[in-house]
Amino acid sequence: MNQMTEVEQKAVEMLNEPKIVARNVQVYYGDTHAIKDVDVDIPAQSVTAFIGPSGCGKSTFLRTLNRMNDTIDICRVEGDILIDGEDVYDPKVDPVQLRAKVGMVFQKPNPFPKSIYDNVAYGPRIHGLSRNKTELDEIVTSSLQKAGLWDEVKDRLDAPGTGLSGGQQQRLCIARAIAVNPEIILMDEPCSALDPIATAKVEELIDELRENYTIVIVTHSMQQAARVSQRTAFFHLGVLVEEGPTEDIFTNPHDKRTQDYITGRFG
Amino acid sequence: MSVGILILIVLGLALLGYFVGRQRALSKAANEGRKLHSLPSYYGQFLALFTAVPALILLAAWLFVQPMLIESHVSGLIPDSAIPEGGARSLVMSDVRRIADGLDALMEQGGLGEEDLTRMRADLTNIRSRLAEVGIALGSNVPVEVFDAAKTYRSEKNTGSLLMTIAVLGLSLASGGWAFMRIRPELRARNNSETFVKALLLGSSLVAILTTVGIVGSLLFETFHFFQIYPAKDFFFSTVWNPQFRGGSDLGILPLLWGTFYVSFVALVVAVPIGLMIAIYLSEYAGRALRNLAKPAIEVLAGIPTIVYGLFALITVGPFLRDWIAQPMGLGTSSSSVLTAGLVMGIMLIPFVSSLSDDIINAVPQAMRDGSYGLGATQSETIRQVILPAALPGVVGAILLAASRAIGETMIVVLGAGAAARLGLNPFDAMTTVTVKIVSQLTGDTEFASPETLVAFALGLTLFVFTLGLNVLALYIVRKYREQYE
Repeated sequence: MNQMTEVEQKAVEMLNEPKIVARNVQVYYGDTHAIKDVDVDIPAQSVTAFIGPSGCGKSTFLRTLNRMNDTIDICRVEGDILIDGEDVYDPKVDPVQLRAKVGMVFQKPNPFPKSIYDNVAYGPRIHGLSRNKTELDEIVTSSLQKAGLWDEVKDRLDAPGTGLSGGQQQRLCIARAIAVNPEIILMDEPCSALDPIATAKVEELIDELRENYTIVIVTHSMQQAARVSQRTAFFHLGVLVEEGPTEDIFTNPHDKRTQDYITGRFG
Repeated sequence: MSVGILILIVLGLALLGYFVGRQRALSKAANEGRKLHSLPSYYGQFLALFTAVPALILLAAWLFVQPMLIESHVSGLIPDSAIPEGGARSLVMSDVRRIADGLDALMEQGGLGEEDLTRMRADLTNIRSRLAEVGIALGSNVPVEVFDAAKTYRSEKNTGSLLMTIAVLGLSLASGGWAFMRIRPELRARNNSETFVKALLLGSSLVAILTTVGIVGSLLFETFHFFQIYPAKDFFFSTVWNPQFRGGSDLGILPLLWGTFYVSFVALVVAVPIGLMIAIYLSEYAGRALRNLAKPAIEVLAGIPTIVYGLFALITVGPFLRDWIAQPMGLGTSSSSVLTAGLVMGIMLIPFVSSLSDDIINAVPQAMRDGSYGLGATQSETIRQVILPAALPGVVGAILLAASRAIGETMIVVLGAGAAARLGLNPFDAMTTVTVKIVSQLTGDTEFASPETLVAFALGLTLFVFTLGLNVLALYIVRKYREQYE
């Protein structure tokens, strides 16, 4: 039977429909043209890595996806960024709601100066995701479990989050992001401040989270991109040079610049 | 030779030394064909410092010690019989000093020679009228012993200052010469100059610390005197403040402390919320242009003299509160009240709270804000739940500093809250504070022997202990906060 039912066809279409679509995106910092003509599709339930040398604009582009750049006065974004077909920069969109849907993990672990429990409960409390203490406890527990931190901290949920080790702090920040139940998680070099063992744990976690979330990760390390991502996009000087399945980018790059970068000629 | 001219001469020598030292270093280096360790100007500095610094230190020490030595010697010359009934030796000594000065003036104006002076005798010449000619008025005729003491005083002073001139100039030349001999190309003149800078900086900080020690010491000394003549128990626990300059006063500190804390409390109730909100607005919401304009404008409040605030309290706020609030509500008829002083003082404290808190809120890392915004929090949620808790210790420090400022404030209270010591709860009553009473106990023609004046020192010490405690607490909290992010 080659013919699919209508429902099945719809399901396949939806699976194929990219979660994030960017078309002709330009970003300006004052007079500087930081991102030029970026077109990219990011599929759902997968890990997409942005690689490139420092200052190439990959973090800037990442931050346009949840409008974190709004907090910078001189930053201006043009072009279309659609999440589930909705324009992120539409005046009707509330950036605060958007950021609940598109979570973010930062380069340096930044737990709040509160207890571990309160760190994770922060988002659910703001957004009213729980009706009572039991539900909140459940959200905190499951978020910490998903972030692989539960076993290490279950006995000291009242201890300050800032007292954890660097890797634990970063996983706490991931748990904090998961607790809001986002659809997309943006990660801005999440392992650059961590040692190799903590990095391995976070990478393992990213791989597990792929089942439920769409993940976009910016990384300096090409090995990391190769290990965790399904698709890779290479940025250079504000331009998206090449984008495709990770294997293709690393084994058979089309563009000379990509080849130079992954073979270590620059960057 | 006068001290001023002596200092000028030493400085002139130092300047000369600078050029000589520089020249010597250059010529030595050229002769020996070696490279100088330091830049030539450092050798100049080296010589200049050695010419000036030891000499000036000696001068300062001499000026400090010589009067003490001469005074003690001369005052030993005056027999007890020369001291009038009920007078003190120190009063006679001040006469001695004035006569000595008068003699100097006579020699300048009246053509009195050194020889005439040795022949001049108190029992033969009318010293009093001669001194009056040069503008030195004496209360009575001069006894022979006092006049002789004055002559000794004068001659010892002159010998002393001559010796001082010789010693200072001698030391200046000697140490300058020694330094001159030491100048060689390999001398580390640069490091020497560094040591001097270090000593200078250390000396400056010592001045501040020693002053504090001196202030506390003098307070302690006088307070000790006070408690010898007035029971400490009455001072600390009596609820009545009623000084009588005829004696038999009640000097209880409690009404004054109560007034101090009541006024300060009202001031903080005004200043803390407004100041904090200003700080939050400036650091989180205001654009850069507005912030650059508003912050200095608010800080102007801190630059207004407190007496001006006092006038504002006296002629504007006080009558306003009385006519529109206190009288219609039947709470009082006094225009000076705790509320008046508290409100105005609160306005004065706003910049203390806002400026410090603003800096502290700005010091909260951007990563905290990013983390919160990244979870979909709004700006005010972020401020309330992340930034303020993170900045809290520092903000508390700022508030405590403002509180210690409020406790020490005087002028606004004098003009705003009145001078009636009272224990009461009605904020529309006139009350007074510790600082105001210190001023009123010490103004007027009083001698420093009665409990009514000495109590000022005990009050001052109590106040000092309170503000010191608050400052230490504030510094401790602020420091603890700093460790969190560094």
